[in-house]
Amino acid sequence: MLRLVGTPASPGLAWGPIFRLDAARSSTRRAASADAGREAIEEAMTSARAALAELSQHVADEAAAGILAFQLALLDDEEITRPTFAGIGAGEPADKAWRQVMDALIQDYETAEDSYFQGRAADLRDLRDRVLDSLFGGAQQTIPVGAIVLAEDLAPSRFLAAEWGQGGLVLQRGGTTGHVAILARSRGVPMLVGVDLSRVEPCDEALLDAHEGSLVLAPDARSRHDFEQRRAVHVERARIDATHLGAEARMAGGERVQVLINVARPEELSGVDPGHTDGIGLVRTEFLFHARAQLPDEEEQYRVYRRIVEWAAGRPVTIRTLDAGGDKPIPGLTRTGEGNPFLGVRGVRLSLRRPEVLKVQLRALVRAAAHGNLKIMVPMIAVPDELAQCRLLLTQAVRELAADGEAATPPLGMMVEVPAAALSVADFDADFYSIGSNDLLQYLMAASRDEPELAALASPGPAFWRLLKEITRHGHDVRREVSLCGDLASDVRHVPDLLRCGLRTLSVAPASLAAVKAAVRRS
Amino acid sequence: MTDSATGSVRIEHEIGLHARPSVKLTQLAKTFESKIEFSASPEGPWVDAKSIVKVMGSKTPKGALLHFRAHGQDAEAAVQALVTLVERDFELTP
Repeated sequence: MLRLVGTPASPGLAWGPIFRLDAARSSTRRAASADAGREAIEEAMTSARAALAELSQHVADEAAAGILAFQLALLDDEEITRPTFAGIGAGEPADKAWRQVMDALIQDYETAEDSYFQGRAADLRDLRDRVLDSLFGGAQQTIPVGAIVLAEDLAPSRFLAAEWGQGGLVLQRGGTTGHVAILARSRGVPMLVGVDLSRVEPCDEALLDAHEGSLVLAPDARSRHDFEQRRAVHVERARIDATHLGAEARMAGGERVQVLINVARPEELSGVDPGHTDGIGLVRTEFLFHARAQLPDEEEQYRVYRRIVEWAAGRPVTIRTLDAGGDKPIPGLTRTGEGNPFLGVRGVRLSLRRPEVLKVQLRALVRAAAHGNLKIMVPMIAVPDELAQCRLLLTQAVRELAADGEAATPPLGMMVEVPAAALSVADFDADFYSIGSNDLLQYLMAASRDEPELAALASPGPAFWRLLKEITRHGHDVRREVSLCGDLASDVRHVPDLLRCGLRTLSVAPASLAAVKAAVRRS
Repeated sequence: MTDSATGSVRIEHEIGLHARPSVKLTQLAKTFESKIEFSASPEGPWVDAKSIVKVMGSKTPKGALLHFRAHGQDAEAAVQALVTLVERDFELTP
């Protein structure tokens, strides 16, 4: 039996077989002979080709199809196959020969002057890894349903492709605010990060407790018994919580609390009944910009926003303008090589430097606003002028569209996540305020939430609560809504504190809706 | 008998020779027997128009004048087809 600890990134319990992902990719495969090596790489390329062709059948957008066609063409290019085979002929292991050829190409693209070509480095990396995965049998490694997956890191696309069932996820790297963590919370998949997996030996099963933050491998009878009891408690709690799901959230004294949901990908909405929510408090729009050959145009964005707004059927939907940068790089848009990306050109700072990109998004949002109750929120606002500039661009977009009769101006609000903005919130002409507790906490405490060792420091303390109270009081004074859309709201332990600060609008992960509503009832 | 042919055309596609145009160009070039090369300058360097690595690797921007040259049985037809493809903006819907 081996007990490992980590930081909970998504709460829950899982008991199942363990499944080790990506252990092979870094090892070097030395074939018995050059012939065998060449055969292995050709086989890997063939299966990569088949997988890409299969994917091409299912992509709807032109840009994604373009990337796949590009990757397929690369696999057929002698400029790639010839030096790879030559390397193998000269005695290199197949994976190393392939990697060398691809890495040289990747470097060439990374250093390109044009941001479009820089962005293609990601497509080349993806192709390199796809072939390596086939070479090591990784691509055939479908994540078994119900397994507890152990990996160094996991791509969001891989997370979404897996069927998780009652399984869970344990990562060596990654943070609690990363994309996979957000998806895991949204889907209710228990997840731990910062777990040292170096001592893990193959074993049959494991117990994952993503409430307390532990992973027990090859558990003994007593650990299994304890776990079963904890699970029974949680199942009972979930059953009671579920009874609150369909009801309005009211505090013990009867006061109404709005409970909305956070959405990172529109697919998440399929599992949620809009009637169980008071709307959507945060739509992250980064998903539209990821893994793309070119930025999404106005029409595509409009259709996606409109679908989300229509799903909400008149309930408020707050859509956040692109929050790229920090831990959310977008090839061809965000800067590479920033020494400290969290303090760099991200969020509104990037948007105002690329107004043509922001403008397209604002136009799409204004058009979608005609179909429901849409609000626009700008991330990373530090000084009033940034919001003023966004308002100007929004006014321009509305004026341009007025000619076509789509002219209503949606409310424009700000994320309060930079301490300077939080301290001087009255100076900002925002129609509403939404507290981004993840970044506000880490900037306030100068402690990264991705650093498991600093988890205690990066949790709310007196300074944080004081700020929260002041922001909420300001909102109350000027009668503008203040909500909180960070992870804190999804953590039922903090719900009473948030309500004590005066907050009456919380936006939470869909999987936490029932638990948060129940916690409001008890407060 | 071996033919030679040359031709040039200005590339008007939005980002220049990006992924989709490059793929189309190499796919078309591969349908010909001839050795086909292109360059963004009449002095070269000339690169293989059948290689996506070379075509994309040229990172040719919008507005560049593309020069084609071909040697082989179907050189004339090849150059003409490629020039037409570029003229028609790679037959991509915007």
